[in-house]
Amino acid sequence: MENVLFLACIEPDGSLGKTARETLAIARQAAAELGAEFCAGLIGEHCEPGSRTAAAAGCAALYLVEGSAFGISRYATDSAAAEAIARAARPTLVFAPAVSRVSRFIAGLAQRLNGRVDTQITGLAVHDGQLVVDRWFYRQRIEATLTRTTRPWLLTVAPGTMPAFDGDAAPTRVERIAVDLPESLQRTRVEGVQAPPGAGQTVRPDAELLFVAGAGWTKPQRDGQSHVEQAAQLILGFLDRTQASLGGSKSLVDVGGEGQPVLPFLTHLNQVGQTGATPRHPKGLATCCHGEEPHVVGWRFINERRAINLDPNCGWARGKADVLYVADAFAVMRKVNELLGG
Amino acid sequence: MSGYHVVVCGSVVPDPLHPLEPVTGPNGPELKNEMILPAVFDPWAAHALYEAAHLVQSVPGSRLWLVSIGPRAKLQQVMMTIGQKVVLQLVALDGPAGGFVDAAATAEALADAIAAIDGLDRARLVLCGGWASASRGAGAVLQMVGEHLGIVDQFQGVDELAVQPDGALRVVERADGGLNQVSLCAGPPVLLGWATGNRPEPPNNPQIGMQNMRGVMPALQKARPAQLGMDGLRYCCAQAPRRRRETRIVKDMPVDEIAREIVAWIRG
Ligand SMILES: Cc1cc2nc3c(=O)[nH]c(=O)nc-3n(C[C@H](O)[C@H](O)[C@H](O)COP(=O)(O)OP(=O)(O)OC[C@H]3O[C@@H](n4cnc5c(N)ncnc54)[C@H](O)[C@@H]3O)c2cc1C
Repeated sequence: MENVLFLACIEPDGSLGKTARETLAIARQAAAELGAEFCAGLIGEHCEPGSRTAAAAGCAALYLVEGSAFGISRYATDSAAAEAIARAARPTLVFAPAVSRVSRFIAGLAQRLNGRVDTQITGLAVHDGQLVVDRWFYRQRIEATLTRTTRPWLLTVAPGTMPAFDGDAAPTRVERIAVDLPESLQRTRVEGVQAPPGAGQTVRPDAELLFVAGAGWTKPQRDGQSHVEQAAQLILGFLDRTQASLGGSKSLVDVGGEGQPVLPFLTHLNQVGQTGATPRHPKGLATCCHGEEPHVVGWRFINERRAINLDPNCGWARGKADVLYVADAFAVMRKVNELLGG
Repeated sequence: MSGYHVVVCGSVVPDPLHPLEPVTGPNGPELKNEMILPAVFDPWAAHALYEAAHLVQSVPGSRLWLVSIGPRAKLQQVMMTIGQKVVLQLVALDGPAGGFVDAAATAEALADAIAAIDGLDRARLVLCGGWASASRGAGAVLQMVGEHLGIVDQFQGVDELAVQPDGALRVVERADGGLNQVSLCAGPPVLLGWATGNRPEPPNNPQIGMQNMRGVMPALQKARPAQLGMDGLRYCCAQAPRRRRETRIVKDMPVDEIAREIVAWIRG
């Protein structure tokens, strides 16, 4: 019989984050369909109310590793904590959220447990009592369904795969695991988490809308001049009014490195595409961006897509956007901002 | 003895500008015409290599190895460009580099190859690579290699590395939501899975090319075959997304009307 472990790191306030609760929902579903045992392992400074959420999802046992050393994302301590949980819970299947903290150690954990790992799964099913999962290869260009016989099998679940689980119940069985932390596991000191300098916080994963700026914003326009300051005002004005998340094409993000005029609030963290992010938003608006394949692979999980480009033959026209407005983005966005008011 | 022993793991991937189509091969999915698709050095691994070269240049006594598993002919093709940019010693294994190969098998072969490097001081090891490949995209191999080699100071999505006066390493990693996590690590052995970093691609330098080729060609010639098993992994299917959107191309619509339509769509 399979034994399903939901494994997560707790937020600073003790709760489970959104992706963790989505993963909890998936793990719960898998356990039910497989007729498996279901337990949870949580790592954090303190695990209330996260442990109550896991209990509400039906986790029969809770394995907790708590303490200030576990309140931060650090490979040495997180992998030690997760290993201790896995050794206690003896899972055959582990479901964990594909957030940066977990993604830093999950494969190392699989190696330690002599198991196998598949990251960023986007779906699962049970066929003839066997778990199969979906994930993307080649940067969202090929989707495959796969299964494994090796156990434990560790899986991280991509954000947005399933509605998040919510609930509150008193746990029935809690096992607090003490993890020994010799000096050798504390050679790294985490100084903190911060927004990149000059960038502000323009990456907003929970926003309804992704606004993508392309290199066209910095290129010479009809008058032969480039208008970078105006571009910055229009883009920031729009972000301000809509609270959209800001994405950028590689060409635009790279411009800064070459001593050319640059939009200072755009960094590589904003980059969408092959060598950038693959964000998830219900809607996306691309402006002054050509829509080339290495860019558009980053739009795999954007449902509704519109683009503004001067070129009717740009990539967006070829089945990549729902609507392409052949127009000057400077003029359109000025008017859009006006209509949005504020 | 001072300086770092820097090992970069990285291999080839299909040129991202090229369409990909999966087909079924003897061991599961493969890419159609995989052997003739144009290849590039895996982009995030390339950033790792440029950052590694910078570290080696700035700390006297340091050395740089590139450890690569890939089809020999493809590695050779890609080394023609990479080998002109960065002074390196190549350790090549002749094996599959595709996305459907199991990460655990790749990691084991890489770890064995690294452990066998003559003259490598593991106490000074800075193990680098891309934080995810452009093929499997799992972000798994490097962590597993690190585990094989007993490295418990690991960082992923690294954009910045700075050596402090006391020898500690200041590492800036990507965290969720466009944030950075900053850490101080006492020193090697350490593992760095690089994201984009800060350094532009170095220009081609024919002198570096000449210097490298003396080692690269023999390394390719003596590349051992790497048999990477699937070990309990079975693919049920693999497909390229079929969906093509019916793009409505709006020409000659007045700006005001476009703006109204967009605002209605955003609010809708
Ligand atoms: C290995 C590799 C990895 C890559 N990874 C990525 C990646 O992760 N992300 C990515 O984005 N790219 C990536 N690329 C690059 C990609 O192929 C394109 O070169 C890039 O996306 C182009 O950016 P762009 O569309 O902003 O710029 P351009 O191609 O320069 O397009 C600018 C566009 O702006 C339009 N324009 C100009 N002025 C206006 C105006 N006033 N109003 C409306 N439209 C206007 C123009 O018509 C044009 O279409 C990668 C390439 C390679 C080889």
